[in-house]
Amino acid sequence: MYTQAMDTMGKDGTPSEKGDKTLRSADELAHQATFDERIDAGDFIEAKDWMPEHYRKTLVRQISQHAHSEIVGMLPEGNWITRAPTLKRKAILLAKVQDEAGHGLYLYSAAETLGTSRDQMLDALHTGKAKYSSIFNYPTLTWADMGVIGWLVDGAAIMNQVPLCRCSYAPYARAMVRICREESFHQRQGFESLLTMMTKGTDAQRAMVQDAVNRWWWPSLMMFGPPDSESPNSEQSMRWGIKRISNDELRQKFVDATVEQAKVLGVTMPDPLLKWNEQRQHHDFGEIDWNEFWQVVGGEGPCNKERLAARVKAWDDGAWVRDAALAHAAKQSIKEAA
Amino acid sequence: MSQDSKAEWPLWEVFVRAKAGLDHKHCGSLHAADPKMAIQLARDVYTRRQEGTSIWVVRSDQIVASDPGEKGAYFDPMEDKVYRHPTFYELPKSLDHM
Repeated sequence: MYTQAMDTMGKDGTPSEKGDKTLRSADELAHQATFDERIDAGDFIEAKDWMPEHYRKTLVRQISQHAHSEIVGMLPEGNWITRAPTLKRKAILLAKVQDEAGHGLYLYSAAETLGTSRDQMLDALHTGKAKYSSIFNYPTLTWADMGVIGWLVDGAAIMNQVPLCRCSYAPYARAMVRICREESFHQRQGFESLLTMMTKGTDAQRAMVQDAVNRWWWPSLMMFGPPDSESPNSEQSMRWGIKRISNDELRQKFVDATVEQAKVLGVTMPDPLLKWNEQRQHHDFGEIDWNEFWQVVGGEGPCNKERLAARVKAWDDGAWVRDAALAHAAKQSIKEAA
Repeated sequence: MSQDSKAEWPLWEVFVRAKAGLDHKHCGSLHAADPKMAIQLARDVYTRRQEGTSIWVVRSDQIVASDPGEKGAYFDPMEDKVYRHPTFYELPKSLDHM
């Protein structure tokens, strides 16, 4: 899955620093110059290399938000594991949800290389300080939602994540390579599940698929983050090689790709303004409801409270297990030493 | 919330051998309470698609690394020792595969 463009960060309670205006030593300036050169040359930055504080903070925020999205993203799908229609679909869904957990873990590890701890990140999530992708604050009402999440939500995620494999911060880039390799299965299983219902299903099942597409289409487009004109942090992230392609550009790419896939599937998108523009060689599409987007980001989406409560409960309920495992390990090592 | 959590499980680095004949290669890290759990979790996190036939884990705080700040001083002296490479030596065409 995917974290919303970090452009939301200016609004998540942490003021976005505009460049570094602090006084710096000659030593630091030299480090900065070397760093800029390496970025310009397309070099990767490794964990122990010198990096500007703002670069580090931006990455911690983006990678941890991304990790949170993977973890919270397990909830809407976990909702359907016990109700999957066949054993095959259940095994697939289990594997997919397990992958999301894995993706979260790769990403937490990558963020930890920047000097933040796992507990700090989880605490930020649990106290509502950290954001995760707004898409997971929508409910999964029918089985068709599982297919549509794979097709559209994971499809949008892939569109966003492929450029991150070339992110200048190497541990993040490496995690993304691994994630992208696995993500393709997520999208394909979703599409195939929908295609099965559309071609072999009943009228009611086809209507269920169309209904799911109607509900997920706009939130999927929002996953690319605010329009470029309202993404104040994008420019700096582009400069640093953290972000490679702009929100609007990625969104357009996604629309163009999915319109064709929808034709194969036999569904329509809930947008009367969606049509091919011969001049632009792209699809035009309707206005996104950014009020809804900011509402969901701000905690007022349909499932924000439920999702967060589920995470906090899992963490609290697991506390004794974590403590017991540590106590056991301590006992074993004393035994071994004796 | 997490305020009451006393300690994190320690961090481990994970190395996976993709198949017999290859080196173990670093593939990431994870938290685990003890070595046995680290191996178990490494299997679940890093080899869900048969990416490995063998796993090593080592406590991250046990790894000793060279200093990235000394990278130049440490590795650059090898730059001008081209004679350590076979291509440095020009041989007659008939022996070029030597």
